[in-house]
Amino acid sequence: MKKQLITGVLASLLSGTTLAATNITWWHAMSGQLGETVNTLARDFNASQDDYKINPVFKGSYVETLTAGIAAYRADQAPNILQVADVGAATIINAPGVAKPVQDILVESGYQFDNKDYIAGVRNFYADSNGKMIGMPFNSSTPVLYYNKDILAKVGVNAPKTYEDMEQVAKKLKAQGYATFSQSLTPWIMFENFKSRHNLPVANKNNGFDAPASKIMINTPDMAMHFNTLKDWSDKGYYKYYGSDWDANQQPFEKEQVAMWLGSSGSFGGLRNRVDFELGTTYLPYWQSMNKDAGRTFIGGAALFAIDGKPKKEQQAVAAFFNFLTSPETQMFWHKSTGYVTVTKAAYQLTKKSGYYQEQPDAEVGVKQLSLPGGEWTRGYRLGFYSQIQEVMHREFDNVFANRTTVEKALSNIDKESQVMLNRFARSVR
Amino acid sequence: MEQRQQFTHSALPYILLVPQIAIIAVFFFYPAAEAIYLSFMLEDPWGLSSTFVGLENYSIIFNSAEYLQSVFFTLGFAVVVSFLSLAIALLLAVKVNNILHGKSAYKITLTWVYAVAPAVAGIMGGFIFNPHIGVFTDIFASLGWDFSLYTNPFDATFVLVLVSVWKQVSVNFIYFLAGLQSISYAVNEAAMLDCESDRRRFWTITFPLLAPTGFFLLVINLTYAFFDTFGVIDTLTSGGPGGGTTSLVYKIYRDGFIGTDIGGSAAQSVVLLVLVLLLTWVQFKFVEKRVHY
Repeated sequence: MKKQLITGVLASLLSGTTLAATNITWWHAMSGQLGETVNTLARDFNASQDDYKINPVFKGSYVETLTAGIAAYRADQAPNILQVADVGAATIINAPGVAKPVQDILVESGYQFDNKDYIAGVRNFYADSNGKMIGMPFNSSTPVLYYNKDILAKVGVNAPKTYEDMEQVAKKLKAQGYATFSQSLTPWIMFENFKSRHNLPVANKNNGFDAPASKIMINTPDMAMHFNTLKDWSDKGYYKYYGSDWDANQQPFEKEQVAMWLGSSGSFGGLRNRVDFELGTTYLPYWQSMNKDAGRTFIGGAALFAIDGKPKKEQQAVAAFFNFLTSPETQMFWHKSTGYVTVTKAAYQLTKKSGYYQEQPDAEVGVKQLSLPGGEWTRGYRLGFYSQIQEVMHREFDNVFANRTTVEKALSNIDKESQVMLNRFARSVR
Repeated sequence: MEQRQQFTHSALPYILLVPQIAIIAVFFFYPAAEAIYLSFMLEDPWGLSSTFVGLENYSIIFNSAEYLQSVFFTLGFAVVVSFLSLAIALLLAVKVNNILHGKSAYKITLTWVYAVAPAVAGIMGGFIFNPHIGVFTDIFASLGWDFSLYTNPFDATFVLVLVSVWKQVSVNFIYFLAGLQSISYAVNEAAMLDCESDRRRFWTITFPLLAPTGFFLLVINLTYAFFDTFGVIDTLTSGGPGGGTTSLVYKIYRDGFIGTDIGGSAAQSVVLLVLVLLLTWVQFKFVEKRVHY
């Protein structure tokens, strides 16, 4: 009996080392339908070859996934691939030796890599200051303007391209009893992407790419002008601020209480299914007075990071998966089933050729906006303790739109508090 | 001759105590010690570098207006939630205790809320008071109250208190009812002969006899309001609007887990630890003195 057991164990050990595929784990934050799509990706990858097997594990929200990843790293139990959101990018990229650059991992395993293959707005966000890609952009989206075609047609206006247009449209909408717009995620849309669209710096030290930033450009004339205008519009009933909750700002648009909504380019699929009106999508508005050649925006969403210090075989498995993930076919499947943009140019061309954008024109807006010409400040940003700084922004903007503080005081508070946090972060990563 | 009571000392009692002490050491002393250690450090989240910074983390806390606001919110919130939960539960328990028929129907309906987890209670509150689809938002609007959970801190606090109290009343109710039932009927009967005012009999006879239960519940309720309401806050307001509903525990979670500022978060938890120790000491020192068992 005992002998049998031992032979059995030995046999399984042997087969484990010689026959079985290399297993790798992937911790992600994609829930519900997105999670199903992630599982499909993993299944397809596993079916496409015999050498490697990827196991996706859902770990909760972005924050929970990153926290779980950090805890696991400290206990030497980190997964091979960890999904980290834009906000957390600095946390992992500034930690020396935690993530192995995807570029290295792909090249070392013998795959072709050229970052020019990636869409302009996607290429640099998760890269270092020399442009070397550290994280693999995975679920990428960008803020766009959604509008209710029915309401706009009734009032007889076109969707605004600029904030100057927005004001004119707002007057007409107001006369007909409509509020003009709401938006979800103020720091993302009204600060980060506002800066990118106008080609203005988000933070010093080259937006935090060259070295940990010590100051964000929040207490600046452009921000003061923009937020004072928003406050003025809020007082006039043009702009509706429903707090810092995402859905609380999206729902009024679905219920036709506001005519337009600034939200994620990935939201169109869900929106289209839920609303009874004709949905339109266009680029994020900008101030013509500030930059008449407004360009591209940043990607939001998250990237996949390969954790360093794993056996070579596992790193090869990770490389094989990344290679699979960025193939045009996989990208098109992901783009079509989730609404996130394609990250490579080839995938965009393939989707275009498939005729998908004829039936779903909204799906193309995000990709096109990310492919607009950019400037020196449109690569991305890298800010430490940034989710805490965003909390401060939410707090102050809550107070601004509830008349509990002024725009000037709010911006100055954010500036001061963020400097304390940024400096602490800079010291912690030394 | 005086006879001395002799106990033979054996290792057995200590051995029997070991599991309990081990649990306390592993789950309470060790994390507390770790928190105190980390509160003097500036550490990156991955544990790659760690610098001793002395009292910097504490000085940041005590110079932060936001932290002070959080302290006031937590204390006020704890007092209001505890008072309301206890008062309402006491009223209900006294009323149920006087009912002769159908007592168990009342008992069951008043008790089963206990089974609802704080996070679930918070999500339910989030639906009921949602600015766009909430039933109560509409009712308030028709009464002329421009209720707004996500933009007005007062309204948000109102909902938090309501949900937290609603959830806690049932626990208090069970204890108060048990306490009332343990008061001997003879005492009540004798009091009834001397005094016909229900109210006076309650305050002079029933209430003092309930005091031990009440004291125990006070401690439990303050702890609940301090710590267990985390789930309600997280699901209902996430500490907003304007940071107006950020309790101390929620802030520790947000700075430590979401913000990955380990040192700052550790310093906050040490402050909270001291605060709760102080509060418990005050309760036992001053309130318990007035309780007669």
